Amino acid sequence: MNQTSELIIAGFGGQGILFAGKVLAYGGMLAAKEVSWLPSYGPEMRGGTANCHVIVSDAPVSSPIITNPTLLIAMNKPSLDKFEDALVPGGMVFVDSTLIDRQVKRSDVRVHYIPATQLAQDMNAPKLANMIMLGKLIAEADMLTYDEVKTGLGKSVPSSKQDLLALNLKAINAGYGYKA
Amino acid sequence: MSDKVLMKGNEAIAEAAMRAGCRHFFGYPITPQTELAAYMAKKMPKVGGLFLQAESEVAAINMVYGAAGAGVRVMTSSSSPGISLKQEGISYIAGADLPCLIVNIVRGGPGLGGIQPAQSDYFQATRGGGHGDYRLIVLAPSSVQEMVDLTYLAFDLGDKYRMPVMIIGDGMLGQMMEPVVFDDTKGGGTGEKAWATTGTRMARKRNIINSLYITPEELEKLVWEREKKYDTVRAAEVRFEQYAAGDAEYIIAAYGTTARIAKNAIDTLRREGYKVGLIRPITLWPFPNEAFSRAAKTAKAFLTVEMSTGQMVEDVRLSVDGKVPVHFYGRTGGMVPSPAEIIEKIKSIAGGDK
Repeated sequence: MNQTSELIIAGFGGQGILFAGKVLAYGGMLAAKEVSWLPSYGPEMRGGTANCHVIVSDAPVSSPIITNPTLLIAMNKPSLDKFEDALVPGGMVFVDSTLIDRQVKRSDVRVHYIPATQLAQDMNAPKLANMIMLGKLIAEADMLTYDEVKTGLGKSVPSSKQDLLALNLKAINAGYGYKA
Repeated sequence: MSDKVLMKGNEAIAEAAMRAGCRHFFGYPITPQTELAAYMAKKMPKVGGLFLQAESEVAAINMVYGAAGAGVRVMTSSSSPGISLKQEGISYIAGADLPCLIVNIVRGGPGLGGIQPAQSDYFQATRGGGHGDYRLIVLAPSSVQEMVDLTYLAFDLGDKYRMPVMIIGDGMLGQMMEPVVFDDTKGGGTGEKAWATTGTRMARKRNIINSLYITPEELEKLVWEREKKYDTVRAAEVRFEQYAAGDAEYIIAAYGTTARIAKNAIDTLRREGYKVGLIRPITLWPFPNEAFSRAAKTAKAFLTVEMSTGQMVEDVRLSVDGKVPVHFYGRTGGMVPSPAEIIEKIKSIAGGDK
């Protein structure tokens, strides 16, 4: 049975939405899976909403556009509003509860609330809420293993910025081990 | 082969072009193509090549004309409105029988239109775009890997036939990342170009690059000779992919991004028992007429799906030649059709007939 994870990560421009997707795409590729990464581009990137579609599959990826995600990471309220209804029944949604003050309305999906922005600030790494969400994603969803994502992270961080690797990993660990 | 890397379509074309021996890039930024030029700006100087951001698209294409005349592998890239500006230069390059690569990462039009993916430049790409009797070889990739492979091919075909080649993508293909590998055995060789204006060193007759012929008899002769070359291309260079088409009663015709979405729809329809397949033109010119006319002998109907109001559908209809119905489904203005929309359309054509 082929397994396919279709993930939408959505939030504000500047939250590292596209980078988080890239880490997963690289992780999948290096684990010999088929992957695609599709960003939103255009005016929304300049301070508005940003999102990216990441597919990790055992089979070749046809359309890289995700109409009904199996997984959703929502890092602001407009993103949850926009994509909640599209999630497949039985899908999983990860909510940054620092920035989203409402509950998920759907009762047929699994929900994880993570105060990622607050946790990132507590770690003195306010820009790494994205990695905290990523950590929780891989802890809960059967998309990629921790080690696969760690490899993907190594590839995604440019060689000139390898000093950021440890901090990113620390944030992933914080999310991975987070219990509500 | 290189290691597998994750790249945006725009960057992958730029990397492949450099590996194919292109050392001259002239362009002007425009969304959703800009990463291609940005990649060139960063990497060209490192391999001793030239990246030049011109003052306009018109200037850029005329710089391409000059470099092509000097016999080097040269390219430009843009998106729809910018490609419109380049048309005069493209016609001159075709009229002077020069090879070059033009990349169009298509966005919604007409006019300034939008910046989201579209396929509404099909007519412009395959019917000339500029003035006069001329053709471009038009290559339509549908994945980032194919963008790489077709970039090598584009330079080879351009040199072989001495004609401009266009790679036509769309905003989605340009922006998305997929794993790619680069074939190290390909590229590099530009070959001797006896016709190029490289300086006579007083050792040979001078070469002239020109598209002006005042005597109609002379011009007519040249244009017909060029048409013969186009016939050779029509006979030798048609490329297409078939997907689940062998026993298909309903054939979807789609290229680029749209073909990928059609594959999702076909997988679902096949699971429900519908015999649906895909013919995906890889060369939009020369168009794979025979693939469609052959399929028309067994198929009940065709459905052309495009991100336009209906352009390639005319070539499909010409190929099918009235034998069976050719339907059309399109989204435009930057909207992308969903698999569900294609599935619904096929079901309404089949009318419950599986």
